[in-house]
Amino acid sequence: MGVESKLGNLGFVTTTLEQVVNWSRTRAMWPMLFGLACCAIEMMAAEASDYDMSRFGMELMRASPRQSDLMIVAGRVTRKMAPVLRRLYDQMPDPKWVVAMGDCCSCGGIFNNYAIVPGVDEIVPVDVYVAGCPPRPEALIHGILTLHEKVKGEKIRDYA
Amino acid sequence: MAIEERQLTLDELRGLVSERAIEGDTVLLNMGPQHPSTHGVLRLLLELDGEVAVNVVPDIGFLHTGIEKNMEAKSYEKSLVMTDRMDYLNNLGNNLCYCLAVEKLVDLDVPERAQVVRVILAELQRISSHLIFLGTHALDLAAASLFLYCFREREHVLDIFEMCSGARMMTSFIRPGGLWRDVPPEFEGAVRDFVSYLPDRIQQYESLLSKNPLYIDRTRGISAITAEQALEWGLSGPVARAAGVNWDLRKSNPYSGYERYEFDVPLGTHGDVYDRYIVRIEEMRQSLRIIEQAIDRLPEGPFRSDNRKFVPPPRSELGHSMEAVIHHFKLWTEGFPAPKNSVFVTVESPRGELGCFLEGDGGPKPYRVHFRTPSFAALQALPMMSRGFLVADLVAIISSLDPILGDADR
Amino acid sequence: MGVIETAVDNLRERLGERILELREFRGQTTLVLPGEALHEACGLLRDDPELAFGYLAALTAVDYWPDEPRFHVVYQLYSHKHAAFIGLRVPVGGDEPSTPSLEPLFVNANWYEREIFDLFGIRFEGSSDLRRILMPIDWVGHPLRKDYPLGYEEVQFTFNFDEINRRKPYAKE
Repeated sequence: MGVESKLGNLGFVTTTLEQVVNWSRTRAMWPMLFGLACCAIEMMAAEASDYDMSRFGMELMRASPRQSDLMIVAGRVTRKMAPVLRRLYDQMPDPKWVVAMGDCCSCGGIFNNYAIVPGVDEIVPVDVYVAGCPPRPEALIHGILTLHEKVKGEKIRDYA
Repeated sequence: MAIEERQLTLDELRGLVSERAIEGDTVLLNMGPQHPSTHGVLRLLLELDGEVAVNVVPDIGFLHTGIEKNMEAKSYEKSLVMTDRMDYLNNLGNNLCYCLAVEKLVDLDVPERAQVVRVILAELQRISSHLIFLGTHALDLAAASLFLYCFREREHVLDIFEMCSGARMMTSFIRPGGLWRDVPPEFEGAVRDFVSYLPDRIQQYESLLSKNPLYIDRTRGISAITAEQALEWGLSGPVARAAGVNWDLRKSNPYSGYERYEFDVPLGTHGDVYDRYIVRIEEMRQSLRIIEQAIDRLPEGPFRSDNRKFVPPPRSELGHSMEAVIHHFKLWTEGFPAPKNSVFVTVESPRGELGCFLEGDGGPKPYRVHFRTPSFAALQALPMMSRGFLVADLVAIISSLDPILGDADR
Repeated sequence: MGVIETAVDNLRERLGERILELREFRGQTTLVLPGEALHEACGLLRDDPELAFGYLAALTAVDYWPDEPRFHVVYQLYSHKHAAFIGLRVPVGGDEPSTPSLEPLFVNANWYEREIFDLFGIRFEGSSDLRRILMPIDWVGHPLRKDYPLGYEEVQFTFNFDEINRRKPYAKE
């Protein structure tokens, strides 16, 4: 109490390590380019002008999984694509998060047949589900901000 | 369902690539389903001699959604929503193709106002699709700012769609018999505004690339095809028109009143990547011309056919008419029956000839629906078009074909 | 529609009895012929300079299980000169359905035939490359046949939510 009220004028801030680590993780989360179908177009629209995602630090969409933190699965996942998706998820280094964007990867969407995996959570563990067919860019940004809230609540003792 | 993958055996590979690859003379490279410039989940097996592509084997099917089989399980009106998701940059065009097929099968008339609005929406969709082509084509060739400009213009088109139907992309606005509901009064003003300011913007964007020596170097002479080759391989749309084939389904087999509008069909001469780009830019201008003529011509009248055997009645009628209640019940629970015959209808999508083969069986569900999609034909012709070019040119060629994998795989 | 009548007359003259049926519906003409007559018919339609049906617009198949012959392979040819479509149908039946491939005449028939082989199981004799195109290579079965199930999963409503939740194979890390 006493120390902090004097330190503010000298340019020092006190906080916990957990808060700093979580804050830095949310500020520049690089998404991996994983646009599969129609939701990819709305994801691109969220990246582009009018709904800018680069104000959240996510302008750089890395195509390589080795250099990205966040996998936004945008679009329907077919049985042919499922092994590829799992392999890419395995290639991403920790810490990694998954956002299931759209109805088709959350639950199968309007397609209920032999070719579509009903929900990408059968293949990779999902952190945030964004509903919509396709979700508006604002909905995707809301999903990303929810993910940021979730990351800010993570505890070091869980992953260290 | 197994999550493990199955490797190709050597015998299977022998059939696909040349002997030089088996010996190790050329390099086999996998341009996998997840790649920044394959425009969707397209997998290419490249056989490279240094930097030159000796052979290209496309592998599609990573987005096969079983739409055709799924549509057989739903009634005619309910399976319309699946057509939105096929070619996801041409939603209203797919709706239009399917609705024309259903209307032809059951012989349903469409009122004048609906036909004019259908033309306006289809042309707006064409402009939006070509804007995305321009943005992603420029992005692939590392001219990234054009991507941002094109998506900004596209937002205006999506605002118009949202004003009509409530959804930006998957509108399902065009239904058998006409439209889902009438366009709001702000529609005309918004469309006229759009038509007035877009030509200037197209001029600005074209000036960024058309005379740019870097762009011309990367696209002139790349993958030049002749008109005979284009027709032989089943190509249509801007790719065939860039090769010199004077064929536009809106002029040769007109539908929905297109014969009443005046527009030109831009043609190219060399059939290379540069010509395909110029043809699409000119098509955007011609689409604006059509929209202007259509919005001047927009008549008053009903927006959907009133043949209650096929078209559900509006809710206002349900309060006071017993027949309306019976029709509503029958159409929404079971659907309308179609004759035991087949039709084939084609429209001009921004990618080429989109055809719908529809067969009925006397019942309320389609017996067989098949869509003949232009991206399937374009990807089939890709090996022919890309032999002998560099890997960097391959990126330009794929983006100039403008394939949409949802269209190719369905 | 002068060109369609001319085409039908020419085909009748050349093939005569082998044409099984002529269907006309909503202004569109379709001829049903056996597989052996297909090359001759398409050759006539393509090479005759008056008809010029040189563009294969669509190639698909329909399953009429359990009627015999089980499949109909449907061809649509287009003439740029006259802006007209003509349809051909080939009935294919039996346990190992197969029919001559159209690839020698139209180069772009290959991928369409691969798709029909993949989804229906009809083999095409003379095709240069017949393997699965849309389904994974090791898929068993031909999905678009009428006796192949749609393969849907049970929808989770509130009354059966927990039960399905327990059975659903979620991914662990």
